[in-house]
Parts: sequence; C-alpha cells; structure tokens
Amino acid sequence: MVPLSWYLALSAALFTIGVAGVLVQRNVISIFMCIELMLNSVNLTLVAFSRFLNQSTGQLFVFIVMAVAAAEAAVGLAIIISVFRNRETLSVDEESLLKL
Amino acid sequence: MFELPIQQLIFLFVAAVAVFAAFNVILQRNPIYSALALIITMCALAGTFLMLEAQFVATMQVIVYAGAVMVLFVFVIMLLNVRTEEARQDRVKYLKLVAPLLFIALLGEVIFVARSVTTTAPPLATTGNEPAFGTVESIGEAMFSSYLFPFEATSVLILMAMVGSLVLARRRTMSEAETLGKLIEESGKPQLTPAEPVAKLEEKKEEIAA
Repeated sequence: MVPLSWYLALSAALFTIGVAGVLVQRNVISIFMCIELMLNSVNLTLVAFSRFLNQSTGQLFVFIVMAVAAAEAAVGLAIIISVFRNRETLSVDEESLLKL
Repeated sequence: MFELPIQQLIFLFVAAVAVFAAFNVILQRNPIYSALALIITMCALAGTFLMLEAQFVATMQVIVYAGAVMVLFVFVIMLLNVRTEEARQDRVKYLKLVAPLLFIALLGEVIFVARSVTTTAPPLATTGNEPAFGTVESIGEAMFSSYLFPFEATSVLILMAMVGSLVLARRRTMSEAETLGKLIEESGKPQLTPAEPVAKLEEKKEEIAA
C-alpha cells in the first residue's frame, strides 16, 4: 500500500508549484490556472485523508471545492474579458489602476 | 535493491507525470500550452483519486475539471488571442540567490515530515448495510442528509456566479452608456477618460527611467 505521506508530499509539491506559478507568471490567465492547480492539490489532500480515516465526508468537501472552483473560473474569466476589452492587455504589471 | 510493490510503482509514475505537467504549467510562456499541461495534471490527479478508492471523485475530476473548466479556459485564451509572453527582465536581482535556499529548506521540511508519517490505509469496512466507500451512493447519502445546508449554499453560490459573470462579461448597450454618461455628468465629478490612466502610466515609466 502507498503510505499517506506520499500523497501529502505530492499534494505539497503541486501546491508549491502553484504558488511559484502565481509569483512567476505575468499573464492573468496563467495565474488563474496556477490557482486551479493549488485547488487541485488541496483536493488530493482531502481525498487522501478521507481514505485513510475511512470517512467519505472528505470526498463531499472535494465536490464543494470543485463547485467553488467552477464558479470562480466563470466569474474570473468574465472579469478578465471585461478588463481586456477596456485595456487591451493581460499583463498584471499593466493592470495597476487601483494602485496609488 | 529494495523492491516496490506494484501500487507504489503506479503511484510514483502518476505523481511524476503530475509534477512534470505542473512544472510545464508554470514554465510555458504560451498560455495555451499551460492549459494543456494543466489538463494532464488533472488527469494524473484523477489517477491518484482512483488509487484512493474515490471512483466518483475521479470521474468528476475528469468531467468537471479537465472537461468543463479547462474548456472554458481554452475558450477564453482563444477568444482573447493571447500572444506569447515575451521574456522580461527581473526587477529584483537577489531573488535568484534566495530562491534555491528557500527551495532546499522547503524540500528538507517535506522530507522530514514525510519520513515521520508512515500510516498505511486501513482496510475498507465491508459491512452489509453501509454503502461502499467512494461510490455515488455513500457520497450522495452524506450530501443530502447531514451536509444538506452546505450543498444548498453551494447552489446559491453557483447561481450568483452565473448572474455575476453574465453581468460582467456583456457589453453595455448604447442607451445604457448614454444614461451612465448623463449620471456621471450630473454628479459633477471629474470624468476619468480612458486615455488618462494610460498617460499617467507612461509618465510614471518615464520617471522610473529617468
């Protein structure tokens, strides 16, 4: 059997890669995809604990996370489209209108 | 040489695919390649869900995430016709030196924690009456009994997201724009023309360059 720590290590690795992507990327859409990656790694943790504690409620939380992620993707991409329509750019460095 | 059981070998393979594809997500300059790599990561994660006996979650991962959400991403990337991002110069030079040190520290922490946890999965309960672990039945039973309120709250959230994204992404009609313009004029506040922030941005850039 695969020990629990392997799943947690994989999840930690994916989460760290996602954080690094948010910091490294300059494209709004790419940053958004890195956030999805982080949500996915958390899902892996939830499913792993649900298996090792023998309770299926963890999988239920994964569903709620999935629904929230889908809603977030829809709203976020709508924001990206409306920003792109006004500013003609996707670079986060140039979207600094709210910055003083 | 120690021998690995077949399950651990499969896990290592799936994990390697997931991590490799995840690196591709953040290293590709073209967002469409990032999206394709993210789909591979999600499918690999669905494989690990299968190994954890969560069949329904694995199916939903492929259908909802790799299917619906990623199609939305690819659609928006194609719609906006995103150009490949050009290489940029780092603004902070010393970060290149700090990053490897932090990486090694983090790796050490993960290895330290991972070595101390060696739990293996308990055997699945096989009593007659309880629905089998990880099936639609067991999840649905929990969802519609003890976790009914979170479920309903999620449905309200999705409705809000639907309306919100429609409002955000649609174009203003001409009459609406006119009414908005009149309202702004009547309020007597100075209007922010679209050219103004761009000009300010360029001024700032010149200041930085000077």
